[in-house]
Amino acid sequence: MKHLRAINKKAQRIDEAVTQMEAAVSPDADMEEDVVALQQAPRPHVPMGCSLSFSPGWEVDAGGGTAGLCQPVERDIYDCYVTCFWPVQVPDHVNYSPDWASNCATATKDWRSLDLVFP
Amino acid sequence: MTVMQAPTYRRAEYHSFDAGGSDFVYLVSAGAIFEIDADVRAVFDRLDGQELTHAMLVRELVSEGRAQEEADGLVRELRQARLIHLGHGMPVAEVPQAPPADFPLQALVLNVTNQCNLACTYCYEFGADKIATPAGKPKYMTLDTAKASVDLLIAEAVGRKAVHITFFGGETLMNFKLLRDVVEYANAATAAAGKAITYSLTTNATLLTPEIVTFLSDNRVGVTVSMDGPPELQDKHRVYKNGKGSYAVIEPRLRTLIAHHKTRAITARVTLTEGVTDVVRIFRHLKDDLGFHEVGFAPVTTGEERAYSLDGNGMDSVLAQFNLLAEEWLEYALRGESHGFTNVSETISELISGVNKSHPCGAGLGLMGVSPSGDLSPCHRFTDADTHSMGHVSSGIDRAKQGEFLAKGHVEAKYDCQSCWARPLCAGGCHHEAFVRYGDTGHANLHYCDWIRQWTDTCLRIYGVLSVRNPGFLERFAERKGLS
Repeated sequence: MKHLRAINKKAQRIDEAVTQMEAAVSPDADMEEDVVALQQAPRPHVPMGCSLSFSPGWEVDAGGGTAGLCQPVERDIYDCYVTCFWPVQVPDHVNYSPDWASNCATATKDWRSLDLVFP
Repeated sequence: MTVMQAPTYRRAEYHSFDAGGSDFVYLVSAGAIFEIDADVRAVFDRLDGQELTHAMLVRELVSEGRAQEEADGLVRELRQARLIHLGHGMPVAEVPQAPPADFPLQALVLNVTNQCNLACTYCYEFGADKIATPAGKPKYMTLDTAKASVDLLIAEAVGRKAVHITFFGGETLMNFKLLRDVVEYANAATAAAGKAITYSLTTNATLLTPEIVTFLSDNRVGVTVSMDGPPELQDKHRVYKNGKGSYAVIEPRLRTLIAHHKTRAITARVTLTEGVTDVVRIFRHLKDDLGFHEVGFAPVTTGEERAYSLDGNGMDSVLAQFNLLAEEWLEYALRGESHGFTNVSETISELISGVNKSHPCGAGLGLMGVSPSGDLSPCHRFTDADTHSMGHVSSGIDRAKQGEFLAKGHVEAKYDCQSCWARPLCAGGCHHEAFVRYGDTGHANLHYCDWIRQWTDTCLRIYGVLSVRNPGFLERFAERKGLS
């Protein structure tokens, strides 16, 4: 390290780690961190509470947990079906589960008919 | 719809200080100490009270005359060392991990008796704030109990090359015969198990004889003497049951001890109370007049205000005198000499390693106390206290109670500690003191936070000066303390 002088054993350990990182990373590596999903503060960012439009999404209750949600947390995946840019963890409406939401014409009334998907 | 914003830099949690003409930071997440240059200071100043994106930070550093490449390198170094963080919001606090559940035992404190020939008015074992419930229990440890303790220590010290036994009381030497037998047994048992063993004892010195001193020296038993200073201070609280002071009795015995015990350092441990706050005078007497190698001080432990409690003014005076002795310690160290003020030496040892404690001490972890009856407790201060028992030497460690004690005592469980930069060293302070003061071993010792921070800062400055002007002393100190 050029600007920091390690003067105790713990600092020397950090010094060694930094030296290894320097050796591993090319100096031109991008220092601006990539934009990542859910990055808003505090990370990971989860929108709070219910909204006016009934769109069960990545919700937490007022305490930051899932125990007090207005509907079961399992139903959260509904919001990701079709609309979400985060397709991996949700039923795939193109290939494997095109009919997953066919019994759910109105989410506010029919959300109970959404079932889990077992691939 | 979420608006994507560029992440920004913010400073890590650190305590900065200057010493010997240089700037330093103590990095709280690690316990690491770095000397920093003007460039680092410039970055920290930029990030004081505000966050900047990488582009903005580098632009500002370049506008001060640095080359782009230099500025990038500077920021990268600070980021890799985690002195600054890039991202949104505060990073999740890095908490020291709890030690594994099967953390091996290293030391036992054997309370060979709960009886004492003195009646020190502030005693935590017999005084107003006592938590021990010795009624109906054995007063003296038997050899069988002691042997079972040694066997437990060896069995639980899995993977350790060396173990340690501290003899404690009551007054330890009221059961010297047992102590002698235990040393003989433990030497043989540890040798058979392929482990080394060391010993220490704490005593009030009233019962020391030349024969005992010879035994202690021959067996390399480290000796700590509990005493409070010159006659008028010693005799204020450290008295016999009839009120007679103990100084006159111990003085010739101490001289014999210090003259003839040559194998280990002889330490004095002073309890500071109302009216016994003359730290410098006490130190001079114990170090220069009596010849102790090391002298350490601690304020008395009390629950509510007692007649002998130290009040805020008393503590201020104590700290001022601690600082005088600390300056002296530094002068000695700069000359390459050992000073003997234990309170500095202990903190410097921890700063050399860069400890980042999950728990304030080894109590209930690598160390346990054994009462005369064989009950295990987190340390000697909880001896004979039923509510804190943690198993028995015959049946082993009660893992459930141990787990509960350690979960409570983890620094992460102490809300008040989370914003304090001194937590890597303090971790909330003594479990016993917390219990006496707040009724909860897991409570942070809030009554001495300011004092701990001031003292840690003082010792960091000493460390900083030495690292600039006599780094060789720190290396030799680490070697002597077995830290290197």
